[in-house]
Amino acid sequence: MSTEDPKREDIHDYLAELEDIPGTRVYTAKRARQGYQLNQFAMSLMKPENRERWKADERAYLDEWKLTDDQKQALLARDYNRLLDLGGNIYFLAKVFSTDGLSFVQAVSTMTGMSVADYQAMMVAGGRSADGVRSIRANALAAAAKETH
Amino acid sequence: MARITAGVGCSHVPALGVAVDFGKTGEDYWKPIFDGFEWTKAWEREARPDVVILVYNDHASAFDMKLIPTFAIGCGEAFAPADEGWGPRKVPTVEGHPDLAWHIAQSLILDEFDMTIINEMDVDHGLTVPLSMMFGQPEAWPCKVIPLAVNVVTYPPPSGNRCWALGEAIGRAVASFPEDLNVQIWGTGGMSHQLQGPRAGLINAAWDGRFLDGLVGDSDALRRIPHIEYLRETGSEGIEMVMWLIMRGALGKATRMLHRHYHVPASNTAVGHIVLEPT
Repeated sequence: MSTEDPKREDIHDYLAELEDIPGTRVYTAKRARQGYQLNQFAMSLMKPENRERWKADERAYLDEWKLTDDQKQALLARDYNRLLDLGGNIYFLAKVFSTDGLSFVQAVSTMTGMSVADYQAMMVAGGRSADGVRSIRANALAAAAKETH
Repeated sequence: MARITAGVGCSHVPALGVAVDFGKTGEDYWKPIFDGFEWTKAWEREARPDVVILVYNDHASAFDMKLIPTFAIGCGEAFAPADEGWGPRKVPTVEGHPDLAWHIAQSLILDEFDMTIINEMDVDHGLTVPLSMMFGQPEAWPCKVIPLAVNVVTYPPPSGNRCWALGEAIGRAVASFPEDLNVQIWGTGGMSHQLQGPRAGLINAAWDGRFLDGLVGDSDALRRIPHIEYLRETGSEGIEMVMWLIMRGALGKATRMLHRHYHVPASNTAVGHIVLEPT
C-alpha cells in the first residue's frame, strides 16, 4: 500500500492513469458526457410503464431518446462492452439487464468472454487475479523486454 | 451528550438482500457469509444504538445523472426502500433522525465540508442491505438511521484523505449534540470487485486483508491510498472502500477490533465485514 503524503493531484495525470487499466472503462467526466442520454434512457426503465413500452417495441422506445445510432445498435444487441465504450455506466445499464431478467453475474459475465457457468466457477474459486491486469503500460513494457531477450 | 460508540465496515452486495428476502441464507452458497454476521447480530442486540449514521452510495436509484452530490446527508423524517427496477425490497421504511442529522449538517458546513442536504429520497440496496445483515428481518428497524450518500460512481470520487477528514468532522459534530444518544457509524460497500469490462470478476483477498488490518489501531496510513491503487488492485468498484474511511475517521485516533469476517464470493464481490470500537 502506498504511504506518500497526501498531495493535490494533477487532473491530467490523474485522468491518464485511469485509462491505463486493462479491460476497464473508468466512468470519467468524458464518458459521463458522452453517455448522458444513454444512461438517462436506462434510468427511465425504473418505471414500470416505461419497461412495458420498451418491451413492446424496443426500437420505437429508443427513437424517443437523443441517442447515436451506435448507442441504439449496442443497446438492441445488449453489447455491454460496447455500451461502456459509448459512455454507459454499469449501474445505469443494470436497469436494462434487470428488465431482461438477468442478474449482475449473468450480465457481467457477458463482458468477459466467458460463459455464465465458467464465470461463476472462477468467482467461487476466488475470482480473477489482479496479476497481469494492473497496467496496460506495464504489460507493454514487459512484452517489449521479453522480445529483446 | 451524543457519542459514537462503535464503527462497522460492511459490503452491501444487492444479492445479499435477495438472499435474505427470499429465504436463501441457509443455502450452501450463502451460509458462510451469513454465519459471519451471527456474531454481529447478537452484538447489535446488546449494543442497542439509538442512531446509525450509514455511509453508502446510491446506485442510480435516488440520484441519476442530473445531480451528482459528492457528500449528501439525509435530514428527512423517513426514507422508503427504492424500486430498483424489480419493485422495492419488502423491508421496513427507514426512520431518520432529523434533529441529529441537521445538527451534523450545520456543524459540517461550519467545519468547511459543503454538504448537500436531502429532505426526500428513497434508499436503495446500498443502505438497506447492511441493515438486513446487522438486524435480520424485524418488523421495524431497531434504530434511527441518518443516510450519508457519497458519490463513488462518477469520477473523481472524494479522496480517501477527504473521506477520513469528513469522518473526523462527523465525530466532532456528534460529540457536540446535547442529547444523550448512542450513535454508531457504518461504512459500507466493497470490498474488491469489478462489475464491468473484460476484467470483471477481479478479487484481491490479500489487499482486502491489509485494508482490514489498517482499520485497527492508531495508524492512519489508509487515508493516503490513491484512487488508482483501489482501481488497479481491487477492481473498478473496489473504490467504494473510501466510504469505510469516513467510518474509521469518525472513530478518532485509535480503534480496537471486536469482530472480523471475510468471504469470497457473493455474486461478483468479496464480502468483508469488521466491527470496531474507539479506544
